[in-house]
Amino acid sequence: MSLEKPSRDTALDVGVTEDGLDYDALADLLGGHVLDREEHVNAEGFVIRPDEVQEVLSTLKEEAGFDHCACVTAQEYDDRYESIYHLRKYNDPTQELSIVVPSPKDDPHNESAARVYDTADWHEREAYDLVGIDYDDHPDLRRILLPETWQGHPLSQDYNQDQPQIVSLREHANPLKDDKRSEDDPDTMFVNIGPHHPATHGVLHVETVLDGEQIADLEPDIGYLHRCEEQMCQQGTYRHQIMPYPDRWDYISAGILNEWAYARAAEDLADIEVPEYAQVIRTMAAEMCRIASHELALATFALDVFGDFTAVFQYGIRDREIVQNLLEDLTGQRLMFNYLRLGGVAWDLPEPREEYFEKIRDFLDDLPHKLEEIHDLVTGNEIFQMRCVDTGVLSPEQVKQYGATGPVARGSGVDYDLRRDDPYGYYDELDWNVVTEQGGDNFSRVLVRLREVEESARIIEQCVDLLEDWPEDDREIQANVPRTLRPDPDKEIYRSVEGAKGELGIYIRSDGTDKPARFKIRSPCFSNLQTLPEMAQGEYIPDMIASLGSLDIVLGEVDR
Amino acid sequence: MSSDQTPPAAKDVSTQEARMGDGADDRFNSTLREAFGSTPFILTKFDKFMNWVRGSSMFMLQFGIACCSIEMIHTYAIKHDLDRFGSGVPRASPRQADVIIVPGTIVSKFAPRMKRVYDQMPEPKFVVSMGSCTISGGPFQEGYNVIKGAEEVIPVDIHVPGCPPRPEALIYGVAKLQERIAEGESSPVTVKPYELEQFGDLEQDELVDKLASEIDEEDLVMRYNWNDSP
Repeated sequence: MSLEKPSRDTALDVGVTEDGLDYDALADLLGGHVLDREEHVNAEGFVIRPDEVQEVLSTLKEEAGFDHCACVTAQEYDDRYESIYHLRKYNDPTQELSIVVPSPKDDPHNESAARVYDTADWHEREAYDLVGIDYDDHPDLRRILLPETWQGHPLSQDYNQDQPQIVSLREHANPLKDDKRSEDDPDTMFVNIGPHHPATHGVLHVETVLDGEQIADLEPDIGYLHRCEEQMCQQGTYRHQIMPYPDRWDYISAGILNEWAYARAAEDLADIEVPEYAQVIRTMAAEMCRIASHELALATFALDVFGDFTAVFQYGIRDREIVQNLLEDLTGQRLMFNYLRLGGVAWDLPEPREEYFEKIRDFLDDLPHKLEEIHDLVTGNEIFQMRCVDTGVLSPEQVKQYGATGPVARGSGVDYDLRRDDPYGYYDELDWNVVTEQGGDNFSRVLVRLREVEESARIIEQCVDLLEDWPEDDREIQANVPRTLRPDPDKEIYRSVEGAKGELGIYIRSDGTDKPARFKIRSPCFSNLQTLPEMAQGEYIPDMIASLGSLDIVLGEVDR
Repeated sequence: MSSDQTPPAAKDVSTQEARMGDGADDRFNSTLREAFGSTPFILTKFDKFMNWVRGSSMFMLQFGIACCSIEMIHTYAIKHDLDRFGSGVPRASPRQADVIIVPGTIVSKFAPRMKRVYDQMPEPKFVVSMGSCTISGGPFQEGYNVIKGAEEVIPVDIHVPGCPPRPEALIYGVAKLQERIAEGESSPVTVKPYELEQFGDLEQDELVDKLASEIDEEDLVMRYNWNDSP
């Protein structure tokens, strides 16, 4: 609830010093497991043997407190395959460590981390699907984004994109069909929810097995919107061609937040210093995006729970329209802003500035009343509370196991917000609070979003004050960046920002050209969605729909 | 019987006025009624009448794919309010819908499902493709997994370009569709390279042989020949 970081558990602080992590102490902890050490821009990378992954990771998790496996990046080099586990800590995400696992070119495989971090399950399935690394001892190594019958691994080096493919449309089988205690046991029923279904918020397919009205088994099936975002970014030049794509990951008006994720990673990779004035504009625009995004999350959640396309839904859309107008004035687009540039922003605030500030202030003045209205309509509503309080409960331990972030983590009392914990932009200069709720249920997650809207409004207000008083001769919106950006070869970086849905991270490896050699997106929704089976198992099916709504996933970001 | 009660003098009213009625029934009068004048009959071709009706009351399918669906939601919702044009009731089931707006990128895994949804809609049905992705694959055209336009899978009546199109653009597209329907025009069914077919009917080649153990003969499949795509 404040900007102060929560106190740490000192027993798990191996190598923690005043000025960052002492990697020597961590290497000592792992002893002979560390074959080699690499310098990444964000952290050191320890190279380990492919058959010691579980041992190393569980040591780091149990004894050094790395409880957050943020991302698993797989890539193919000319002479080897490599998986990188990006580890960090929930109570201080600036303490990072990369575990680099090389595996042989002719038979790429290494031990799976899914037994240590549950979240690695899907991340490794994705790595298998797109790059083609086999993970031994993985609970369920299947394709996740591409159809089961796909040939080849598209992000591997010898993939031929022109080869024909066959995709089948087969009825899904009930996985629990023969799972009966006796002959008289009633049958379970298999229900496909999606991929075309109003409650799935896009093209998600949830394979559900029902016992009566309760969920006996549930598995989200994704990949219906896998539009090769990583490949697109690897084909684009740093300076101009990549920036339009982030807008389309989390497309619910969260464009600037996503652009910032790429901008932050690329700027740190190429050592670009962003002018303060541009940082303030970025901060303001990003928080507007957050408001727009949370408004839609609330609107669609109300649509799921009330089944009401008229009242509550339209209130959310009404407020969004205003934010979108503000963003359109600033960026020139309603949804796909393409406003950030490496080293700054595309252009200054719209003229006349006073008029624009006036518009923003009008919006902020009206906001408390509107939120009150929404609280009256939604969170204060008895039916809504019956549906949402104590349903879809997610414990803080489960949150950490699955690497959930954003409002989902904060709704379960995990105090994790990168804007405060790993500061960027102008956030550490401003006065605002991180919102957490302790409930862990659907209600808490909605409440967190609504209260975050208030905090975002506070941030915007302070930014407007700053911008209004900014001296006219110091309005520098863009740093000096070379026309063609070629970061030094073999630099690696993982950087993340607090997107609307949580930790949005980007891994980039440069190879000395003007295009990234590997561009990996760590999407918050991908990890958040993994918690759905935990929340829904044994619950009633309407509660599952509410849980899905309160996770606030967006399929463009889940599938990328 | 006294002769006090004389019948009221026949007033000089026109037939039109007589039909329009007055008093409490006033609310049934409409501009349309006024336009018809005295005749309660209109003379038109049945087909023409049906087309006019079709265009004036369209049920859209509630169908979201990607980014464009956000702008589509805004088109349905307040401010833009597509309902003003007689086409604003999104139906959750394809069996109740007659227009499908395709709002977003279609990828290989989704195309067979979209084709199935389209097939489930009753005739006559119309397709509005929204955004660049449904025209050519848009910004994702070079992706290994992306279908290069909705027309590869289903026939399309109206293309609305943009990434994403503004709500005004979508409204314009829908209005154009209504105009075309009212005039009885429909798009010629274009060549659809990607069809759902039974696996057993596919031409035998290396790939089919390889997948023979995984896919049943009767399973419906969609075969993508990326080289033949535009």
